[in-house]
Amino acid sequence: MREYLLRRFSLLCFMLFALSVFTFSLSYLFPGDLLTNLSGVTNSNFNTTQLLIEKYHINNGYISQYLAFLHRIITGDWGVSLSSGEAVFEHVWILFPATLELCIYALIVAVIFGIPSGILAAAYHKRWPDSVITSLTLMGFSIPIFWLALLLIMVFCLTLSWFPMSGRIGLLYEIEPVTNFILLDIWLDGFPYKGLAFQDALHHLALPTIVLAMYPTTVLIRFTRDSMLQVLEQNFIKTARAKGLSRAQLILHHALRNALLPVIKQIGLQFSTLITLAMVTEVIFSWPGIGRWLIDSIYQRDYPAIQGGLLAVSMFVILANMSAELTNSLLDPISRNKAHGKI
Amino acid sequence: MRKLVLAILPVFLVGCIESSENERAKLAQGLVYCAEANPVSFNPQVTTTGSTIDIIANQLYDKLLSINPDSGEFQPELATSWDIENSGKNITFYLRKDVHFHTTDYFTPTRTLNADDVVFSFGRLFDVYNPYHFIGDANYPYFQSVGMDQLIRQVVKVDDYTVRFELFNAESSFLSNLATDFAVVTSKEYAQKLQQAGKETQFDQLPVGTGPYLFKSFLRDNLIRYHRNPHYWKHPVAMEQLVYDITTNGTSRIAKMLTKECDITAHPSATQLSFLQSREDIHVDKEANLNIGYWAFNTERPPFNDPLVRRALSYAVDVDKIMQAVFYGSGIAATSNLPPSSWAYVPQPELPQYDPQKAKELLAEAGYKDGFTMTLWAMPVSRIYNPNARKMAELIQSDLREIGVTAKIVEYEWNTFIERVGQHEHDSVLLGWAADTPDPDNFFTPLLSCTATFSGKNPSNWCNPEFDLLLTQALDTNDIEARKVFYKKAQEMIAAELPLMPIAHGLRFQASNTNIEGITLRPFGGISLAEARRKP
Repeated sequence: MREYLLRRFSLLCFMLFALSVFTFSLSYLFPGDLLTNLSGVTNSNFNTTQLLIEKYHINNGYISQYLAFLHRIITGDWGVSLSSGEAVFEHVWILFPATLELCIYALIVAVIFGIPSGILAAAYHKRWPDSVITSLTLMGFSIPIFWLALLLIMVFCLTLSWFPMSGRIGLLYEIEPVTNFILLDIWLDGFPYKGLAFQDALHHLALPTIVLAMYPTTVLIRFTRDSMLQVLEQNFIKTARAKGLSRAQLILHHALRNALLPVIKQIGLQFSTLITLAMVTEVIFSWPGIGRWLIDSIYQRDYPAIQGGLLAVSMFVILANMSAELTNSLLDPISRNKAHGKI
Repeated sequence: MRKLVLAILPVFLVGCIESSENERAKLAQGLVYCAEANPVSFNPQVTTTGSTIDIIANQLYDKLLSINPDSGEFQPELATSWDIENSGKNITFYLRKDVHFHTTDYFTPTRTLNADDVVFSFGRLFDVYNPYHFIGDANYPYFQSVGMDQLIRQVVKVDDYTVRFELFNAESSFLSNLATDFAVVTSKEYAQKLQQAGKETQFDQLPVGTGPYLFKSFLRDNLIRYHRNPHYWKHPVAMEQLVYDITTNGTSRIAKMLTKECDITAHPSATQLSFLQSREDIHVDKEANLNIGYWAFNTERPPFNDPLVRRALSYAVDVDKIMQAVFYGSGIAATSNLPPSSWAYVPQPELPQYDPQKAKELLAEAGYKDGFTMTLWAMPVSRIYNPNARKMAELIQSDLREIGVTAKIVEYEWNTFIERVGQHEHDSVLLGWAADTPDPDNFFTPLLSCTATFSGKNPSNWCNPEFDLLLTQALDTNDIEARKVFYKKAQEMIAAELPLMPIAHGLRFQASNTNIEGITLRPFGGISLAEARRKP
């Protein structure tokens, strides 16, 4: 186990190093003035320029500049956004929880619907529940999520007026941002407005969560179904069946544990896909998360913001994948014997 | 045990959501306005961006006087009355008493408005010894572009409630300029407090004024929150809070109107008007507005420094097509750079009408027989004078292709766009101007004067001393007929030189829920929500 952890840890370090080098080099690769790309300060006067040159070690060679860059990243000095003039780190700090929140709820929905549906499909293999679930899964898997989002907005927001189409909560609700996770903040605030705020936040969450959950749900259904079918094919199940166990007993007591192991790993790995899909969802539902901000920054050619946003998102994806692997290895000892780690 | 937990849980939850009834009432007394852009600043003195003025000027601040949109007469605001000395050079304002500045999370005033505040507010604009003059990049675009900073000799406090403006020379548009949304009164006490703390830049970002609402919070690209000013001097404010939902996309703004996420929507696009008007729950306001949408050439850059080239390009543009495809009947084609409702308006037959053949001839005459490549900057937001600059740019692009000129369309985020145009990085730009006062000077000096070039507000970068002389002569007299003559000449000069090609005058539209009343739309200046309320 120790050797395994060491291997994973060194892989993590290498990935973070590669990421930091890539992000660092972006300042040089982006068009425009190097100092502006690094600091976000435009039209600086002579004094400011001198101070910046000193701060970013511009005259000291790349290694020294890179080390200074690392130091700034660790201390939270990620430069200033060109378009807002505010600290990039501050933006990331406020916006990232909104994205994370959306992804977590989507994942919860995916697990709640995906795994039971997968089990159901496997239990009734080649019978009508299986066909229905498999066809729906195929549809859900094939539909582009921006299209699904627009369809839902058209039907449920514009035509039926059941759901709001943007934001995290009605803007008239004044919730003190503490953690920047909206439901948590409302709870910390003591459910203001007689709990209406909580209901409203859930109301706002519904459509984006459904849209974002669509892809991971279909993946989990397929994974669970396949994994379950594989387990059900094995001899110990056949023996159990021969002994006269019911379908429910077979699945709940014998097959489930074995079938869920690869699925659990998959849940963790879905996180990285989710972050990417969340960007599209955020843009469509005007969700104030890091994805929408990053896309706006790209549109506005706000290089310090692009750099900061990419760094935050990539770092998170690497860490999420790594923790998924570790959790899996804790639950599944066989996986620790795999010779090399992979991301 | 499990049953016990299940039994207690609902009680716990209900306990959590227990709160006072008046919070629910508060919620009903809120208004959401869907705005089209982030504000550039929270002080109107330092910006001229219409979207920003709509959001901040009339909501947070007050002016000394204003112009009645119906009669065109000046009416008192923070000044109860004023005297103009015979020479016209000294104007004395008598201030209103018991006007409270906002009490906010970051500032608690200890006194009410007095002459010191007025002296400080206007001193900031032109007095280099004012501690705030150089804060915020020392740029007061409106006042600099109309030459107010060169006009005021000093502002003198006569007593606590009397202020005298001493001018270098009499100017007929002075009072009009003081009645614009830019001439707001700020708090000297707040400024001093920030100065002591070394946080001067906060002055324009965390505002303190005397207006109907006070600033609460701003989350970029997301929302701005104002609360009611409980001590507003003019009248009780009906709305408990006013929230601006920043939605840059026009279609999203309309969709939010339909889902009732917005109560009022800025600038619905012309294509959506008939649909909005067909709904019973939405009311569409229409107001003839003093504005001009134009195509400005950067006259300092070749080949646009040649009037012949500017004329050739103007001949190539089919304005009728633009009126149909961009304005959909929500505007009229321009025949001068002044809108027809202005008292100095004179139609200009000299302005080029669509004639691609003539355009080609002029281009050949100017030495560009094979055309050239240029940039055409299109503003990314919808404004009254140009509801869809991107589409207009595409139409112009295809018209120019006909005469062999290749135009590349350039777009940036609005604030970046304005900043770069101010630095004259463009070849040509589609922009416009909505008047702040009914005075015709408002269409000339801020847009085309030499001072406007230096303050970055003149997008055609055109500085013509002869033209400036005309404007000065027009301002030096109070005789309307004499002024008309000067402005006629100024309009002719623009039609001949074409630093910018006037395209259209738009109508101002605003959509609101039918249960909202009291929104003031005026033919000039920004919107006021001071009296907005829900119908009982």
